[in-house]
Amino acid sequence: MSSLAVIVIAVVSITVGAYLIPMGDVLAVFGARLGLMPADNLHSAVVWDIRLSRVLLAGAVGAALATSGAAYQGTFRNPLIEPYILGVSAGAAFGAGLAVMVDLPLSMQVLAFLFGLAAVGLTYSLARVRGERPTLTLLLAGIVIGSFFSAIFALFQYVGTDEQLRRLVFWILGGFYRATWGEVVIVVPATVAGVIWLWRLGWPLNLLSLGDDEARSLGVDPKPLRRVVIVVSTALTALAVSVSGIIAWVGLLVPHAARLIVGPDQRYVIPLSATLGAAFVMICDDLARTISTGEVPIGVITSILGAPYLIYLLRTRVSQMGSV
Amino acid sequence: MLSVERLAFAYEDRQVLDEIGFTTGPGELCALFGPNGSGKSTLYRCILGHLRYQGYVRLDGVDARTLTPLQIAQRIAYVPQQHTNPFPYTVFDMVAMGRNPHLGGVFGPRRADLEICERVIDSVGLLDDSQRPYHTLSGGQRQLVLIARALAQQAALLLLDEPTASLDYGNQILVWSIIQSLARQGAEVLVCTHDPHHVLQFCDRVLALGRAGRFIADGPPEATVTPELVATLYPQLRDGQAFSPVRRGATVRASDIE
Repeated sequence: MSSLAVIVIAVVSITVGAYLIPMGDVLAVFGARLGLMPADNLHSAVVWDIRLSRVLLAGAVGAALATSGAAYQGTFRNPLIEPYILGVSAGAAFGAGLAVMVDLPLSMQVLAFLFGLAAVGLTYSLARVRGERPTLTLLLAGIVIGSFFSAIFALFQYVGTDEQLRRLVFWILGGFYRATWGEVVIVVPATVAGVIWLWRLGWPLNLLSLGDDEARSLGVDPKPLRRVVIVVSTALTALAVSVSGIIAWVGLLVPHAARLIVGPDQRYVIPLSATLGAAFVMICDDLARTISTGEVPIGVITSILGAPYLIYLLRTRVSQMGSV
Repeated sequence: MLSVERLAFAYEDRQVLDEIGFTTGPGELCALFGPNGSGKSTLYRCILGHLRYQGYVRLDGVDARTLTPLQIAQRIAYVPQQHTNPFPYTVFDMVAMGRNPHLGGVFGPRRADLEICERVIDSVGLLDDSQRPYHTLSGGQRQLVLIARALAQQAALLLLDEPTASLDYGNQILVWSIIQSLARQGAEVLVCTHDPHHVLQFCDRVLALGRAGRFIADGPPEATVTPELVATLYPQLRDGQAFSPVRRGATVRASDIE
């Protein structure tokens, strides 16, 4: 059901943009590409080279952020966190920025991943209070680590050249306007693989969300499981950040919506988060390129939607969880 | 059958457990009795393999150190104190997680597992609440859910950690009588508690854990839980406040299992 909805949203998303392309023309371009129709559609270049790659990338990034959000929430036993709040996004953006600033033999994606991992590791160890990691200290630690990486990133902007500066600004607000097929062929399959990997861990993740001692007494060894989940989730986040910059709140909003629909069982939350996340970011990107004559950064749109939602969750959910 | 031999454990430089040795068998409801901080929970965490200890824990003669968490979970079911969970799992979800040690695949319980869950939920009287979120239940009901989860685990040995600590009087008696009936059906049960009355009223045997992390008594409750023992374990009690033993009910006698 939800994957069907994603396909419909994807096709509709292709029609909107700087100018509207009728649905029929969009489908005609697909037909032509598949060799079913003569290839003389005048929209072919826009549909295929610009819009389709952009929509696919937006979908992949949405799926990656939402799935990693759901997985982080389960493994940290905390429904209020997501890659942005944990500082992972800022760490990954720092890694990508570092790749712009200095010529390292590692690719941008690898650096984004390594610094994303460093950020989550720092947040996790900083949040520790008497062997536990309460909601508030985890949120605070994430904010501290996130702003530390953001600050160094901001420093890059002062020391960088004009060309470097132009590329750095992209990561701060996020967007898909630079989408290319070269990115699509890496990011889409890698995201699908990461999502399936986490989906397969859905059942043990349910047990892990009971806490380490209980998970262990029910036969799940928490440490290796948490390690795998953090590495895969961070890789998904880093991949997303390296192609689209920092897009906040998706990893929080979407898993919550998924839980409202199917309950807390991660075996269902993870795949539904992936599809809802893809749909959500595609729609946000549609808004980003249509609500004004220029591009509105997509991070602005997700933040406008996400911040009130976190406030709502804090006001309604935290007391009932009793875990602040 | 659980057998602990010369077990010792220290947190950094503080010796928490020392020279701990005992063996329990099927059908035995054994109390691990001592004040808060005497190391009861630490002993559980050693038995469950959460901590590194000296000495031996044997399950049916097998050194527990050689077992994986999954293999231990097939042999020991642990019932923590009732708690809340940040995610709104239903009663049924919580109990179904107890089937984890017996699942072959990666994708969760199968039909046969779900039937077992329904049966154990019924046995603690919560069938009507099985689709309610666990965190909306009362403390007593949550404790029963955790006991049901341990039953779904179908392990020979049950370890309960202060199962009635935060419950009201009615729920305390309810939980204890369910624990007692489990032992009558052949389960090997170890319950830690700080309340001498519960030990006397419900248990077949008592292991008293003193402040130095050593057992200071081991035997049938009537003969073991004396005012002197209680005064040793709880030195803050002055003369005259001392504990007076309540007679065990006629339906529950240590001799029943012998």
